[in-house]
Amino acid sequence: MSSTWFRRMKKGILTSTDEKLEAPDGIWHKCPECKATSTVKELHDNAYVCLKCNYHNRINAVEYFELLFDNNEYEALFENIKPRDMLGFLDLKPYDARLKDAQRTTGLTDAMTVGVGTINNQEIVIACMNFNFIGGSMGSVVGEKIARGIDFAILHKMPFMIISKSGGARMMESAFSLMQMAKTSAKLTQLAKARLPYISLMTDPTTGGVTASYAMLGDINIAEPKALIGFAGPRVIKETIKKDLPAGFQRSDFLLEHGFLDFIVDRTNLKYKLSQVLEWFVK
Amino acid sequence: MQFLDFEKPLEDLYAQINKLKDMSSKNQVDVSNSIRELESAIETTRTNIYSNLTPWQKVQLSRHPERPYTLYYIEKMFTGFNELYGDRQVKDDKAMIGGMAMLNGMPVMIIGQQKGINTKMRQMRNFGMANPEGYRKALRLMKIAEKFNHPIITLIDTPGAYPGIEAEERGQGEAIARNLFEMVNLRVPVICVVIGEGASGGALGIGIGDRVCMLENTWYTVISPESCSSILWRSWSFKEKAAEQLKLTSENMSSFGLVDEVIPEPVGGAHSNPEGMATTLKAFLIKTIGELNKIDPDTRIEQRIEKFSKMGFYEEAE
Repeated sequence: MSSTWFRRMKKGILTSTDEKLEAPDGIWHKCPECKATSTVKELHDNAYVCLKCNYHNRINAVEYFELLFDNNEYEALFENIKPRDMLGFLDLKPYDARLKDAQRTTGLTDAMTVGVGTINNQEIVIACMNFNFIGGSMGSVVGEKIARGIDFAILHKMPFMIISKSGGARMMESAFSLMQMAKTSAKLTQLAKARLPYISLMTDPTTGGVTASYAMLGDINIAEPKALIGFAGPRVIKETIKKDLPAGFQRSDFLLEHGFLDFIVDRTNLKYKLSQVLEWFVK
Repeated sequence: MQFLDFEKPLEDLYAQINKLKDMSSKNQVDVSNSIRELESAIETTRTNIYSNLTPWQKVQLSRHPERPYTLYYIEKMFTGFNELYGDRQVKDDKAMIGGMAMLNGMPVMIIGQQKGINTKMRQMRNFGMANPEGYRKALRLMKIAEKFNHPIITLIDTPGAYPGIEAEERGQGEAIARNLFEMVNLRVPVICVVIGEGASGGALGIGIGDRVCMLENTWYTVISPESCSSILWRSWSFKEKAAEQLKLTSENMSSFGLVDEVIPEPVGGAHSNPEGMATTLKAFLIKTIGELNKIDPDTRIEQRIEKFSKMGFYEEAE
């Protein structure tokens, strides 16, 4: 006689697909940091910041623009500038194929989107990086769009802002990507000579050549909370010094403490802070 | 003499010569004819090897342990060198050196990364990897040169800016960014020469000039072939392939218009005839400063901005 006092009466999963109590995709969001769940709408309405732990989910230009530009009204600039695989770079995959894949999955042309609009009625040009496009890497298109954004700001006497979110230079463009650091810094000197404000917002992550050029050159450098910001990546540093890195290393608070940020701003408060700062600059 | 792996045929020929010499001194035989033949074979072999170097072999050459470093060029090209130390904030960075010097009787500021010539010195120089203090010292010196209207020469030779905890605490990114921004608008002529390794932001941090040049057997790009291999191929063993794909040689860089000029090296590389290399470089610097001095500062700055602003490739749809 069997000792089990319960027994599966029928084999297999019997609930039909129609009866399943499963939420459709995209209604719920689980915070990668604290695992708390919220509805996608709640998250959206809170600027994609976790309502429980204040974790700032990574978002791209389209979300930042909606958050910042009045009534989500803006004009996207220089969308006709597209990347090209001039070197025919081939690693495990041809660069050309990487570009096409990234363009297909993101619907973007490259890792930088430039928009002009108003923040609480104050005109501004914002260049915002898209981390979902090859890690937000900085190639020729990123540099050129910044350069043209600066020309546009100078021509129309508008403040300029860059929202950085990038792993650094795009290796598949080799020295051309390196020279974008020189190019964007050179263009920023022209903006400075025109006495127009430049606000640099660093978000998670901002590393490598982006940090070592335009991200650190703002009239004010600001950052979202707990963003990873640094020149060398933490893995490289760890391998070099062969020691564990201190807690909070290269996070926003660390940079603020060491004097490289003017302030840290919650994304939910970003628009308000920016309009305050812009008013101070242009008045 | 130290030989790189691809110089093996040369090493063999030199070994044969030595053997012959030994033999002749022991047996009193005249081997001068054979030696002469071998020497001419060495010249032919050297020329053959050096006219067909792969990108990776050029990377190896740029790191040759006998290759002349910044201080060697300073000693050979200038008189009255006075090294200037410190960034006035934190410390003196031994990986970045600089000072006042006379080039053919003309005052210049010379700045460059410095690698060590033996194990102890290599550590002291941190393998030519500067910390933020190094970049800030460099900028301080450039500002002095600007104030007193003297040209600036930078010699680039670095495997990269140092990736360390203190470097991040003191703002490695900010230090390099600041140099790029400030160098763009220096009112005096600026000449930058890659004399060895030109790795990424660490090189660019002293690399914004009216003329940016490379010695023939150097490399300059966004990342070292080894790191590129480890990131894109997820393995350290594709460094040759990475070097090829990165198109990092002086020839490539000049054809892209990313550097202004390539300065030829003696056959066998700068280390085979360091004095000859220094003489060539010195003549180049004198000539180039002469040219740049004829341009007024505002135009020079405009041209500098224009040059860097043009760098990049993209498509522009209608």
